[in-house]
Amino acid sequence: MSTVDSVITPLISAEQRKQARSVGFTLVVLGIVAAFVLGNRPGDAGFKLIDSYIFVIPAQPFARILALVLIALGAAQLLKGFGKWTNVILSIAAATFVISFLAWAASGGSFSLTGMLQDTVTRSVPIILGAIAGILCERSGIINIAIEGQLLGSAFAGAVAGSLLGPWVGIIAAIAMGVGLSAILAVFSIRYRVDQVIVGFAINFFALGLTSFLAARVLTDHPDYNILSPLRPIALPLLSDIPVIGVVLFTQTLFVYFAYLAVGIATWSLYHTKWGLRTRAIGEYPKAAGTLGVDVIKLRYRNVLIAGAVAGVGGAWWPIGMVGRFDQNITNGRGFIALAAVIFGRWKPLGALSAALVFGLAEAIQLKMSNLDTGIPSEFLLMAPYLVTLVVVAGFVGRSRGPKAAGQPYDAQ
Amino acid sequence: MHLELRGITKRFPGVIANDNVNLTLKTGEVLCLIGENGAGKSTLMNVLYGMYKAEEGQILLDGSPVVFTSPADAIAAGIGMVHQHFMLVPVFTVAENVVLGVEPTGRLGSLNIDKAREMVREVSDRYNLNLDPDAIIEDLPVGVQQRVEIVKVLLRDAKVVVFDEPTAVLTPKEIIEFFEIVKTLIAAGRGVVFITHKLKEALSVADRIAVLRRGQVVGEVDPKNTTESKIAEMMVGRPVQLVVDKKPHAPGEVVLDVKDLSVVDADGRTMVDSVSFSVRAGEVVGIAGVQGNGQTELVDALTGLRHSARGKVALDGLDITDASPRERHAQGIAHVPEDRQRQGLVGGLSVAENLVLTRYHDDEFSNGIVMDWPAAHRVAESLISEYDIRTPSADIEASTLSGGNQQKVIVARELSRPLRLSIAAQPTRGVDVGSIEYIHSRIIKERDTGTAVLIVSTELDEVMALSDRLLVMYRGKIVADVDPRVTSAMDVGLYMAGSRPISASNGIAS
Repeated sequence: MSTVDSVITPLISAEQRKQARSVGFTLVVLGIVAAFVLGNRPGDAGFKLIDSYIFVIPAQPFARILALVLIALGAAQLLKGFGKWTNVILSIAAATFVISFLAWAASGGSFSLTGMLQDTVTRSVPIILGAIAGILCERSGIINIAIEGQLLGSAFAGAVAGSLLGPWVGIIAAIAMGVGLSAILAVFSIRYRVDQVIVGFAINFFALGLTSFLAARVLTDHPDYNILSPLRPIALPLLSDIPVIGVVLFTQTLFVYFAYLAVGIATWSLYHTKWGLRTRAIGEYPKAAGTLGVDVIKLRYRNVLIAGAVAGVGGAWWPIGMVGRFDQNITNGRGFIALAAVIFGRWKPLGALSAALVFGLAEAIQLKMSNLDTGIPSEFLLMAPYLVTLVVVAGFVGRSRGPKAAGQPYDAQ
Repeated sequence: MHLELRGITKRFPGVIANDNVNLTLKTGEVLCLIGENGAGKSTLMNVLYGMYKAEEGQILLDGSPVVFTSPADAIAAGIGMVHQHFMLVPVFTVAENVVLGVEPTGRLGSLNIDKAREMVREVSDRYNLNLDPDAIIEDLPVGVQQRVEIVKVLLRDAKVVVFDEPTAVLTPKEIIEFFEIVKTLIAAGRGVVFITHKLKEALSVADRIAVLRRGQVVGEVDPKNTTESKIAEMMVGRPVQLVVDKKPHAPGEVVLDVKDLSVVDADGRTMVDSVSFSVRAGEVVGIAGVQGNGQTELVDALTGLRHSARGKVALDGLDITDASPRERHAQGIAHVPEDRQRQGLVGGLSVAENLVLTRYHDDEFSNGIVMDWPAAHRVAESLISEYDIRTPSADIEASTLSGGNQQKVIVARELSRPLRLSIAAQPTRGVDVGSIEYIHSRIIKERDTGTAVLIVSTELDEVMALSDRLLVMYRGKIVADVDPRVTSAMDVGLYMAGSRPISASNGIAS
């Protein structure tokens, strides 16, 4: 017979054990890659931070030392485990690995690290805004996998309206398109209680099909409907004078500043307002809110539409903030990456921001690599951001718990 | 406030949930609404609370008719409800849950959480409820969660408080505390509607008892001039035997032997913590405990639905720790699971199919890969008559049966073969009084034929009545091993709450 006083031995579940083991293997594999791939190029790599300063890393010794450290850490993880420090160690290891990778690619030459970081922030914009849209929906209990379609539709609307009537009208048109596509999601999932994943899927294909069709039929015949000059970066006074950071964060287009603002407002609103409390409540346990007189249906509609507007700005980034035109499938899966950022960021705006920056970095590195002569096939480089998504979602996230009621239609009765 | 329900009729497709119901509630009165599951108690209260719209009838407050189209209307009119399944957001704090919908705000709609804390503290102090506004709901015991629900209602200044099955999830000690709270509410001039299917509780707190059967009020009684069996008869419509009738047991050899068993859930929490016990042939061992103290995980581990992290399970001396559910079944273990909708039955399959669900692969029901349906039907028909399953035919979907009859299907399937060990979790949850009587008698009959029986139930009365030996689980450990014939329900309740009775002479074994 066991007693109340018997000694408690900490036990871990099979799942946790498996996860800890896979982290250990990941570290070892990274170490082996560092030893045999990253360590095979002699020469120093120069990272240009500001015009007058170049930071130099000797690529080969750096990679070899890193390899030893990674393999040692991996072995320690496999044998003993770092417990709650696992993720911290894995993050630091991954960051160091990336630096070593860049040193390998740039060995014998140099490139502008500041420029790459600036690119990272720029390219994160649609992912950040898409993720905020996703968070607003999922926190209210509506799964939004239609972010991709919303971004794509808005990009199209922004391009056409922007070309004809100027960038500001373009942004408004993009917002209208985002809200319109969100309305479809809202009506079908809230009112008609259709499976939210299926509605989202349908919206994605609808947006892809419609914009591709119109681009092929209309825009090729009328090139003047699809050309505009994107917004120029604005250097914020004082802030942009800070070395490195000023260029990376504060010499950007309005889209980037809007993304900062969106993250800030979303964080504050979700955690410090009445709206936020109710929104989180209807995403976790709508009946609790409903029985206290909160109109769950109305709040869900409202939040899904606001999310559409945010995604609309994200979609406008392509034609108005970046390339000055629309191309078929220009979003190319960024909406799905945004969805990954929602999950990786654990349904928190700041978390999604960090995740989006990781994906933005992957994209910026891919751009940089295609300019440097690394011998990596360009097709493989294009795959990199998606590969990072896969690794991050499968490996780092593990079990993360989203809003409990996400995906469940609410029935007032 | 004087509340009157007049001629309330509420229909759902195919059923009349409330049929011309008339009820009144005066200020400072406890009205108990008693009836079996499905009698329409909860529906009636949801109509009162604005969740459902009644087809016919009126609600009158102090004599004037009111119409509630949403809970917001009912709350505004002074009606508060504590639902059976608590309406609390598990990841929120107490204060956040309490103010949801009536949030104190500052500038720009910002939440004034300090004010919210103060509001909770104020109500909690006034009614002596002892709540920490910053505690997270999911960390709190259910008894405390219920007090949070009560604060929610009081903060909205409810004149009438409806409690839907409030004691179902409480320990005996918490139930006594709860009744004290009800008295405080009455003293403060509020009316209380108390919904229950437990006869004892109705008799002990109510000023008046209204009995519901099949959507109708079949009578109102004064608790001073009635008995449990009279109310039970009104609820069921026929005389019911409330006491389990059993002979003294004659335990034989050890059948189930559990040694040092631990089970860890997916989040790494230890749910069953080094548990050891045994069950002998011809003996009913009961496991009492408040829901969520590891009983579910223990049963899952014993039936092979979940891997154990450590320890050993043996059946007749044979190690079955890693045996699959089917292997255990083949060795003579029966399992009546706690959640019949999700684990016990396939609702979309017919009654006959459900009855052979554990044996369809036997030679008796199949020729190679082809099912022998006529054979399955023959067995199903005989089980339906033997176990008194009330169904129009063996071919209708199991989900269309009443809770009690669904449970009988499971009991029939599990007990209708030679067994060594029978494990039943919550065997009578959501089952009507008539079927409870029957299921209890089957379990005792099984014991008398020499099967080892393990009963897990959160209904203390049930385990006390059925068991020959009673174990109490608290936070994953077995904290007591007592003889239910000589132990009081109060003492068992104390073990369930994690404390020990002062007179613990035959309590903790070591």
